Amino acid sequence: MTAAGWMQMIAFAVVVLALTKPLGGYLHRVFEGERQPLPRLLGPIERLLYRLCGVRGRSGSGEPAEQTWSQYAGALLAFSLFSVIGVYVLQRAQTFLHFNPQRFKGVDPALAFNTAVSFTTNTDWQAYSGESVLSYLVQMALGWQNFASAAVGLGVALALARGLTSRPGPAGPRTLGNFWRDLVRALLYVLLPASIVVALFFVSQGVLQNLSAYKELTTIEGLKQVLAMGPVASQEAIKMLGTNGGGFFNANSAHPFENPTPLTNFVQLILIFAIPAALTNTYGRMARSERQGWALFGSMGALFIAGAIACSLAEAQPNPALRGLGIEQSAGNMEGKEARFGTPASALFAVVTTDASCGAVNAMHDSFTPLGGLVPLVNLQLGEVIFGGVGAGLYGMLMMVVLCVFIAGLMVGRTPEYLGKKIEAREMKLAMLYVLVFPITVLGLSAWAAVAPQGVSSLGNTGPHGLSEILYAFTSGAANNGSAFAGLNANTPFWNLGMAASMLVGRFFMIVPVLAIAGSMIGKKVVPPGPGTFPTDNALFATLLVGVVVVVGALTFFPALALGPVVEHFARGRTF
Amino acid sequence: MASKISLLDPAILRPAALDSFRKLSPRLVAKNPVMFVVWIGSVLTTALWVRDVLLRPAFSPPGWFTLTTSLWLWFTVLFANCAEAVAEGRGKAQADTLRRTRSETVARKVRIWPRPEDIPPLANEDMVPASQLKKGDLVVVEAGQIIPGDGEIIQGIASVDESAITGESAPVIRESGGDRSAVTGGTKVLSDRIVVRITANPGESFLDRMISLVEGASRQKTPNEIALHILLVGLTLIFLVACVTLVPLGLYAGVRLSATAIVALLVCLIPTTIGGLLSAIGIAGMDRLLRKNVLAMSGRAVEAAGDVDVLLLDKTGTITLGNRMATEFLPAPGVRIEELADAAQLGSLADETPEGRSIVVLAKERHGLRGRETKGATFIPFTAETRMSGCDLQEPASAGNAQAAAGFSAAAPALATRMVRKGAVDAVAEHVKALRGLMPEEVLQAAGKIGDAGGTPLAVSDGHRVLGLVHLKDVVKGGIAERFTRFRAMGIRTVMVTGDNPRTAAAIAKESGVDDFLAQATPEAKMRLIKDEQAKGKLVAMTGDGTNDAPALAQADVGVAMNTGTQAAKEAGNMVDLDSDPTKLLEIVEVGKQLLMTRGALTTFSIANDVAKYFAILPALFMVAFPELAPLNVMRLSSPYSAILSAVIFNALIIIALIPLSLRGVRYRPLGAAALLRRSLLIYGVGGVIAPFIGIKLIDLCLSAVGMV
Repeated sequence: MTAAGWMQMIAFAVVVLALTKPLGGYLHRVFEGERQPLPRLLGPIERLLYRLCGVRGRSGSGEPAEQTWSQYAGALLAFSLFSVIGVYVLQRAQTFLHFNPQRFKGVDPALAFNTAVSFTTNTDWQAYSGESVLSYLVQMALGWQNFASAAVGLGVALALARGLTSRPGPAGPRTLGNFWRDLVRALLYVLLPASIVVALFFVSQGVLQNLSAYKELTTIEGLKQVLAMGPVASQEAIKMLGTNGGGFFNANSAHPFENPTPLTNFVQLILIFAIPAALTNTYGRMARSERQGWALFGSMGALFIAGAIACSLAEAQPNPALRGLGIEQSAGNMEGKEARFGTPASALFAVVTTDASCGAVNAMHDSFTPLGGLVPLVNLQLGEVIFGGVGAGLYGMLMMVVLCVFIAGLMVGRTPEYLGKKIEAREMKLAMLYVLVFPITVLGLSAWAAVAPQGVSSLGNTGPHGLSEILYAFTSGAANNGSAFAGLNANTPFWNLGMAASMLVGRFFMIVPVLAIAGSMIGKKVVPPGPGTFPTDNALFATLLVGVVVVVGALTFFPALALGPVVEHFARGRTF
Repeated sequence: MASKISLLDPAILRPAALDSFRKLSPRLVAKNPVMFVVWIGSVLTTALWVRDVLLRPAFSPPGWFTLTTSLWLWFTVLFANCAEAVAEGRGKAQADTLRRTRSETVARKVRIWPRPEDIPPLANEDMVPASQLKKGDLVVVEAGQIIPGDGEIIQGIASVDESAITGESAPVIRESGGDRSAVTGGTKVLSDRIVVRITANPGESFLDRMISLVEGASRQKTPNEIALHILLVGLTLIFLVACVTLVPLGLYAGVRLSATAIVALLVCLIPTTIGGLLSAIGIAGMDRLLRKNVLAMSGRAVEAAGDVDVLLLDKTGTITLGNRMATEFLPAPGVRIEELADAAQLGSLADETPEGRSIVVLAKERHGLRGRETKGATFIPFTAETRMSGCDLQEPASAGNAQAAAGFSAAAPALATRMVRKGAVDAVAEHVKALRGLMPEEVLQAAGKIGDAGGTPLAVSDGHRVLGLVHLKDVVKGGIAERFTRFRAMGIRTVMVTGDNPRTAAAIAKESGVDDFLAQATPEAKMRLIKDEQAKGKLVAMTGDGTNDAPALAQADVGVAMNTGTQAAKEAGNMVDLDSDPTKLLEIVEVGKQLLMTRGALTTFSIANDVAKYFAILPALFMVAFPELAPLNVMRLSSPYSAILSAVIFNALIIIALIPLSLRGVRYRPLGAAALLRRSLLIYGVGGVIAPFIGIKLIDLCLSAVGMV
């Protein structure tokens, strides 16, 4: 890999590291502080929103009432159900509504359902091309979903963090906060202001922001070309910041109007990791020990670096399939990559976007070398815990922590405990439920698609590469990542419904156990740490956590991977 | 009782081998989901083999492969059963020893007993078998007879031989009333005659409960075991999904996977090692505790012992020797120390209290003063009124006691009474004042200092002269400070409970190295302390023997009652220490920790093993369709069939290999959690990854050598 490639990776890591503490502190103040930032300006807006939405407060005050885990989960599920229905109806009815200069017809039911689920679950899997199917109104509705779904993820992470870190008195709290308050605060104090600033920066770099009809141009060669237009910059900011990844255009961040320059590319990378990384620090502050957060950051960081180096090195190699054809490959495997990014920025983007459940792409993962493509796939299969989605990464990693603490805790001869709270049968049951949902969904659906004619007929490749496409799709859906391996025609009823199922299960069947664990941990007594308690804020623990994440992921998916990318890698360019 | 049972004792192994087969019944295997999956796999592969033999289908692996795999799967289940059976067998051997003490005795049951102060008449007795005694029955036991059941003496006093239970041959005294009234069934009355009220129904005595616990009959899963079980079942389900979906994924890739191979892969991946040994570990833990002469009433209590944060220990008998001892002579100004020692010894020679004897011992050790005849001496015992003791001697008048004798010189020219006294400082001061003597200021100051240091000063006077002080103090047991250091290293805080005043308590606490103390403790204060600690989320362990300890024993998470204690105390606690050794808690805690550590270590080992098994089996499954996968066969196993078989055989043999470890338990070292974890991870995590690579390769070499594959 080139020196510039290494420099970019190091610069990226340094900026993320530098942002973690200040942003983590800011988030802590927003969600857990006594007074939120800019109380004069935003405070009245916050209270007005509660009143407008009819959020009932504790008697007398404007503060929303505290919720138990089941109330929190109920509010979250109701909100999400409403979102799915709303987005579905808008798509079906877009032809009768405003902001449709291209006069697009209503979206097919299966696709509309898939898209509604996709943008509610923070997945942003796209079985459509935005520029040729959706009106600007629907695009903007999807933009709103980008905000809302990220805020929902944040809320779940905060609820779990509250459950784990609370110190109840004798009649301690049984409540995890309030879903509506977390939602409103995430939007008002974090996502919205940041997105406005970032959108303006994107516009300055040449990203589109308008509502005009598509423009027809005559190119230098004298050919006609239609240029798609739209409110892109405003969606681009939250697409990254909320780890959503749904592109305005089909080409996503490879499109010059979405991601025009290496600078916007770098900023997009930073935006993906910014909140997930900062949340580790927020969590540490909630646990009254920032070291607890840094231990999680360390585990995530180590897994990220390992993936980034592996993928970058793999992509810097020439493609073995093109060897001997006289093709210049000194820049590495350039197939499916934008020339303005090259292999280093493309590989780094692929790793970051799959680490963090974002799913935006600036290159075709399908065209990566087998090993280079294996890294994003493995990143997804580890359960999106390498920084992960906004909120989802933290709560996913904390579930791994519960498993890790359980096994390790036994080995020090005590009933396992985390932050002084005992991990018992109920928590194990919920944690195993969480862990089970993912492989059952991914492997079950993949196995079905691999033998069902409706599944196989959509494949762009046969042999192991086709299997990689299937695996990647369902993994991406269940992990709520949304990036596509490409090469798969996903807009068929089988795939639309199958993917929608994987996204729904991968989101809500995992969130509910998480909230249930938060609910069962919140009331537990805290045993003060002593020399006999096993520390969870040091390098040993971080290493162990990496081990558990890798072992759980690898053991589950290794057989399937062996038939896909692993065979391809060892085949060294042979096609099947 | 504390007999050591060898791991390979044929007396245990033979019935255990039979038991392993009996436990193949699906009803019994189904209790353990992990092994049940293996059991189903065994049945399935056996059926496949039968089908292959009968129908000879086109696409199936060779018959010998299916048969061998099937056999080894059966072995896997058998080995796991065997582990459990051996653990139970060891428990049974212990139980039999216990049961022998309960051999059928005939009880002399009292029919009616109108006046409790009378000894019930013989004619009023029924001879009934001990096993028919119920709670509340009264029985008479006389010298030479066996006490027929657990109970409480309500009349009489007797010396009892409890060696059958405790292994201690010295007889103990048991008497009605007070804290030493409890008797255990199976022990023998050596002298006298007692009336015992039976306190346990048949089948509910300590022995009965303990027997059923060590035999594994009434073993209930402990909370931690349940949680671990959930983890194992979860992992099993994950691997089930991974293996079953491999069939259609393989079909897509053009690989026809045989059911035998998939079953083999599944069995190798699911955590059979820990799954097969889990119950053996639990039973063995109870058994280890029993060999330390501790009866635990539930597995839950043993497990809780591993989590204990705070230990309450009685001062007397646990931290200090039972009584105060003289440790120093402090002469008054102008008095030689030998003179003081001589007087103190003289005044104590006839004093049979432990304190008095300790003064004689000290005088002998420090100043070589031997015991001597004290003819004509009158011993004056201690009374609460005088708070002094000593003796009056008739001696020829001399310069030393001339003054005292002066008044009587006419009547008794040759003899004078020499009054030697020792006692509380103010009492002695009064005494010498009456004789027109004076308590020197320096002695008072020295007395104050002794009090500050937690000791008790005794003043010694000879006639009207104050000779000085004897320093009496609690003697901390040898080695107790090191024990507390070990507790601290385990992360356990020790609290001394004593009736002494805070000043004395603080001094003893400092000397013994205990972390904290509760002075002037009443049963209520003790209870409050336990509840306070529990409110902070801590687990509290304590030992006790008296009836007034019972509420605290019941409140504590781990309550260890001394076998010498009252029935009430024993009922309240959840363990009974047959040796009545309060420091036994240390070992109880270690057994509890070992139990958890062994489970954790074997779980880690089991999961770590899977890495190597993948590298053995996956290339074997896919290499026919994709020869490119050859580099994954890192062990260079000779053939696909050999690879799968080697992994299955390793998986079965590792259970056998780990039986000793699961019965013995992983060794606990008081190192602190981080160091312990690093050690265990290195041994069972890293070791667990490496070991199967070597083991599978070796088995493959053996299989090739015998020409099987």
